[in-house]
Amino acid sequence: MFHAILFYFFSAVLLGAALGVIFSRNPVHAVMFLVLAFFQSAVLWLLAEAEFLAIVLVLVYVGAVMVLFLFVVMMLDINVERVTGGFAKYLPLGILVAGLMVTELALIIWGQGSGVDLSGGFVAMPEGYSNTEALGAVLYTEHVYAFEIAAVILLLAIVAAITLTMRKRPGLKQQDVAKQVAVRAEDRVRIVKMDAERGEGES
Amino acid sequence: MKMFIPQFVLDIWSRFPPLMQYLFETTFWIVVVMISVILTVAFTTYFERKVIGYMQGRLGPNRVGPWGLGQPFADVIKLLIKEVVVPQESNRFLFVIAPLLTLVPALATWAVVPLTDTFVIADINAGLLYVLALTSVGVYGVILAGWATNSKYAFLGAMRSAAQIVAYEIAMGFALVGVLMASGSLNLGVITEAQAGGVSNWFWLPLLPLFFVYFISGVAETNRAPFDVAEGESEIVAGFHVEYSGVAFALFFLGEYANIILISALTSILFLGGYLSPFEGWVFLEGTAGSFLRGPSLAWLCIKICFFIYVFFWIRATFPRYRYDQIMRLGWKVFIPVTIVWIFVEGVMVWMQIGPWANLTG
Repeated sequence: MFHAILFYFFSAVLLGAALGVIFSRNPVHAVMFLVLAFFQSAVLWLLAEAEFLAIVLVLVYVGAVMVLFLFVVMMLDINVERVTGGFAKYLPLGILVAGLMVTELALIIWGQGSGVDLSGGFVAMPEGYSNTEALGAVLYTEHVYAFEIAAVILLLAIVAAITLTMRKRPGLKQQDVAKQVAVRAEDRVRIVKMDAERGEGES
Repeated sequence: MKMFIPQFVLDIWSRFPPLMQYLFETTFWIVVVMISVILTVAFTTYFERKVIGYMQGRLGPNRVGPWGLGQPFADVIKLLIKEVVVPQESNRFLFVIAPLLTLVPALATWAVVPLTDTFVIADINAGLLYVLALTSVGVYGVILAGWATNSKYAFLGAMRSAAQIVAYEIAMGFALVGVLMASGSLNLGVITEAQAGGVSNWFWLPLLPLFFVYFISGVAETNRAPFDVAEGESEIVAGFHVEYSGVAFALFFLGEYANIILISALTSILFLGGYLSPFEGWVFLEGTAGSFLRGPSLAWLCIKICFFIYVFFWIRATFPRYRYDQIMRLGWKVFIPVTIVWIFVEGVMVWMQIGPWANLTG
């Protein structure tokens, strides 16, 4: 009962936040609504006892991805008028995507081919059951190749992004910290011993 | 604890449904821990001014109350009765909510911190991940404050802070991976228990590079000197909180110091055995005093936290501020490789059954 109340409350907030992402005129507000939506989905996963997925969702999406998103969005001067102008043009495409997603969900929930048993409802795991351990055990044994390939693809994306944005400019002055640290006083300062001289103006 | 409560209160208590009892009890402990943290923050500011004062050959605050101990309260009262000025062109809602967004994650993380061997508010299995997730959420307050203020200085501060926190979070996460490998658990209580057996068994020794990386990243994450370019007063006035005044500024201040205490507490728990005693297993310490010295207690955790808070201020009084590109270099090109190499070394050591984690199962 209590569980159900929580579920419906958080789902309602999630839907509200998702609508906020679409309808808010200010892009920064939209990003904040998206952050709220991520938080609510994390809470829903927590209710389903998937604590690893829930916290990782917050860690990866809220803590890293959305921060960079916000970073970019804040620096853009987005013209709201122009962005909303293409509404009619993109509407068919949007409806198509939405329809596709609804069909997919319907197929999973009511279709027979999914193989997931949804009739039994939610079964609570025994106390002491560690979600993280179970996930790790599967990820590193059964799906180890897929996992490694995904990691390599991500690494490739990082390398590609860096190569695309890096430009070597000629004549760029750079510090070599190792050189700076290794420098000794003798390399920079020459101490000269000499007798006092009589200046030009003096007599 | 129970013996101080009169019988009729206990009678009424037992009639509540268990869910309500649980809610009341948890709320009570949350309030206790939060008030303790906030009081500690007050005295941490006093401690900082005293430490830095003595390091610079000054006396520090000494006018309000005995030894200036009333100074934090005088500051709080001053900040509370000041007017909160909201800039006209700012984004009002985000401007007001930003200080809360820095404070709330710093306080919420205390839920999983084991304060003694029996007491922790939420004994969850993914404690370490929870800590990491919440510390990364803390950056929103700074970014939003900088943006919502609609001022160039504040915006520059926010940009700097965002890039810096994202960079150091990675090194911090990798350092935590090392701790996770050494203890075989994500639960902070289990991590502490895995370090049982005296000073040499604490993780600071086998994980020495990660210990340094974690603490320095913690200093960078809290935007403290020498990594305080987000508010660098010589360049951008006060950075992200340049337009904040009164209570709103006090909340930022509270969040910053709560974060310092939190990072100190986490470093003590992850690398210095948390509530475990440094005299554990010293059999010649006899009697009740001896068993207190050898046993785990909150006092040990507090001493370790105080030490790390002191190190924060020591660093602040000692080092000049980093230049921005140097901060980025340290984060990306020094700390991340160091942690990756040490995780690899640790992996090899676990595999070869060398070191304190030799008896780990799994």
